[in-house]
Amino acid sequence: MTSILLAIVIGAAFGAVLDRIGATNPNWIGGMLTLRRLHLMKTILLAIGVGSILMFGGQMIGLVDVGHMSVKAAYVGVFIGGLMLGAGWAASGYCPGTGVCAAASGRKDALFFIAGGLLGAAAYMATYPSWKASGLLDDLAGGKVTLGSVPGSSYDGLMSVSGDLLGIAIGAVFVLVAFVLPDSLVGGGETAEMPAE
Amino acid sequence: MVLNWKTGGLLLGLVFFAAVLLVKPIGVSTQFVIFDGIVADAVNPEFITQTDEGFTSTNAYMAKSSGKYAKSAADPLNYSFIFVLAMALGAFVSARLRGGIDAVERSAPAIWRENFGDTPMMRYAVAFLGGFIVLYGARLAGGCTSGHMMSGMMQTALSGYIFAAGAFAAAIPTAMLIYKRG
Repeated sequence: MTSILLAIVIGAAFGAVLDRIGATNPNWIGGMLTLRRLHLMKTILLAIGVGSILMFGGQMIGLVDVGHMSVKAAYVGVFIGGLMLGAGWAASGYCPGTGVCAAASGRKDALFFIAGGLLGAAAYMATYPSWKASGLLDDLAGGKVTLGSVPGSSYDGLMSVSGDLLGIAIGAVFVLVAFVLPDSLVGGGETAEMPAE
Repeated sequence: MVLNWKTGGLLLGLVFFAAVLLVKPIGVSTQFVIFDGIVADAVNPEFITQTDEGFTSTNAYMAKSSGKYAKSAADPLNYSFIFVLAMALGAFVSARLRGGIDAVERSAPAIWRENFGDTPMMRYAVAFLGGFIVLYGARLAGGCTSGHMMSGMMQTALSGYIFAAGAFAAAIPTAMLIYKRG
């Protein structure tokens, strides 16, 4: 029962924060992906950096259970799937989590996104055997690997350097990039209005 | 209005951290499969079956990894599924507290109207098609923006960087082509 309670608390916090940072708003996603308004990109980079530093720091001092890490496998399909997701994300302005949140916040178009998503997931379920047979789902570079070797984790490291320290260093780079990144890389960003709410 | 990126980024980072501290990294897209599995099993009770070792399915994807997905669909009251429902609830409450979204924006966002005028039906079609490609791609990749990009890169997972490279390589040109204004 504890895990259900945690799911409710952490899930609700995640949904509320996604709503407040603009991630559930296609106008902000569109601004980010056209490089006209990078505010959301800065937010996300900072979040990944903060999460990384706290997690690896917490693991080093024994606060965070290394067993909680969950690393996904690397394979060619990750890149192909990433390309597909990217195209659909740009066109619709939603990704799976933010689409669900957007629908909950009242956006009707997001309901169509979810319906399309359920059909897309079903289509993958139906075509999975061909992908499996193609070899594109076979592990690359060891599959479930992290860049450095994280002490106590069940995942191999690509490099023998301390995965904890490397994680903190990379986290710091994410934070730094968030600060250095300008508000806009393509003209028109600052002047574009953001009405609609 | 939207939070300052420093505040928003810090809050989102704290949520990622809380998730990995207390349970496991955040992920969403698998639950679309679980939902499909629940529906399929309701229509055809033979879809998911219990075995001596656990659960399995007539669908190879649901049955993979010793029926991990089949088990979750058979028992939706599990952490990851409830997480997604709670996420929707959190967004709903948060949106209500900031005054909700106006009627025009609800059917098509401003950036859409700026480029394509008042064409909600076309917007719904693009959102539907986009959803199809997003979830097909996410399942092929084994995760989405949450699981691969945010949680993956946070853990320095090689797969997270590969995914992010693919996602942005397609997303940026696509967005620039479709949304020239706004």
